[in-house]
Amino acid sequence: MHKHRMSRAIALGGLALAGALVSLAAAADDGSSGAPANVSGKLLLTGGVSEIGGAAGGGLTPWAVIGGYGTNDQIGANAFYTRVNTQDYHLDDAGVMVGLYNRVEVSFAQQRFDTEKVGGLLGLGNGFTFKQNVIGVKVRLFGDAVLDQDSWMPQVSVGMQYKKNNQDAVVKYVGAKRSQGTDYYISATKLFLSQSLLLDATVRFTKANQLGILGFGGDKNNSYQAEFEGSAAYLLSRNWAIGAEYRQKPDNLGIAREDNWYDAFVAWAPTKHVSLTLAYANLGNIVIKDNQHGLYASVQVGF
Amino acid sequence: MLKHSVATALLAAGLLLGNHAAAQDTMAMPNQSAAMAASAPRDPALKPVFEEFGGKPGLVSLVNDFMDNLMADPVTHPFFANVDREHVKKELVDQFCVILDGPCTYTGRDMASVHKGMGVNRADFNALVEDLQKAMNQHKIPFRAQNKLLAKLAPMHKVIITKK
Repeated sequence: MHKHRMSRAIALGGLALAGALVSLAAAADDGSSGAPANVSGKLLLTGGVSEIGGAAGGGLTPWAVIGGYGTNDQIGANAFYTRVNTQDYHLDDAGVMVGLYNRVEVSFAQQRFDTEKVGGLLGLGNGFTFKQNVIGVKVRLFGDAVLDQDSWMPQVSVGMQYKKNNQDAVVKYVGAKRSQGTDYYISATKLFLSQSLLLDATVRFTKANQLGILGFGGDKNNSYQAEFEGSAAYLLSRNWAIGAEYRQKPDNLGIAREDNWYDAFVAWAPTKHVSLTLAYANLGNIVIKDNQHGLYASVQVGF
Repeated sequence: MLKHSVATALLAAGLLLGNHAAAQDTMAMPNQSAAMAASAPRDPALKPVFEEFGGKPGLVSLVNDFMDNLMADPVTHPFFANVDREHVKKELVDQFCVILDGPCTYTGRDMASVHKGMGVNRADFNALVEDLQKAMNQHKIPFRAQNKLLAKLAPMHKVIITKK
């Protein structure tokens, strides 16, 4: 009961914040005073969408771009809500992000992974839910993914994501060593404008089992591993992009195999204040259920 | 505890590196402006794109609407309000025409001296790009063709943006 009220409060808070962001952006955009408002100077869709851990990027992997539409003398911000539905589980994921001067990005996300009937089968109870908070920081090192069209030099950023899972006893019972951990990553992103193609390559150093939903480290392996993640997006117009992503993952737990993830997505940004992403995600084996796949839907609002 | 310090140190290093890189960007500018003397070079591979833009008459009509968009946009308006807009339009047509390997000659000044002292920042530059995209959409120019022209114009940000 209390837990439900808590979730609802968070959801309502998120909605209120999202609303505030949109109206703030709209007000700033108004420009009725004649003086241009100094916001949202980046080009449409070049801030990416929201990665599952809250960073700006594709859906499954962070990009080197700094989130929001702020340029080097502006601040950008956004809020997102993502839902992933597979046959036997669902994930609700919500968060906020602030981009500072196209240099630093700070983000917070909360992931709620609902085990539905699998929870009952495992003796945890139907609808047993893991909750994980993710605090992220990303710093752009060099490069301009969008404008430097005369060179191959990508935009490069480094980042970290500190994650804390609320089910310490459960994740240790399944073999994880800890219920909190930190991922470190380096991303290179480049828009090849002549080809209307955006490419990203990310290397993540992580101990996380299934994002950290099943804790960090395990009986099979308890050291940091470098995992490759990649995105390719083809721009159909200013407002539409399609693409695919790949995310390699560790396999630390003896009790259940963990698979690499794939998705194919379509993203739509009618304005700089809202974007919608729909994807078909293939998440492989998750604990006792194999071949998990389904719809990924994400909405982002901000400026 | 130790891990946290390491992480903090890493991020701090990242920040420093980032700023250093930014400083280098600025310092590298004079060389680049020399390399981009007049305009972007003619690219014979873009001849088909020139046709997609409707040849020179297409460019003239496109640039007319482009200038209208620039004047209607509160971000770009101040940069064009007090200039000889007919002249700017002619130079833009010639510039685009040359880039797309059309039968034109660009006689205007180089991009660096044209924009010197104008105090153009990144947001201003991007607003202009958007106004051009809007005009190209109005003229139903295929998106891929639009991007081929934009890819040639985008690197000019290095000499046009003088306000960091």
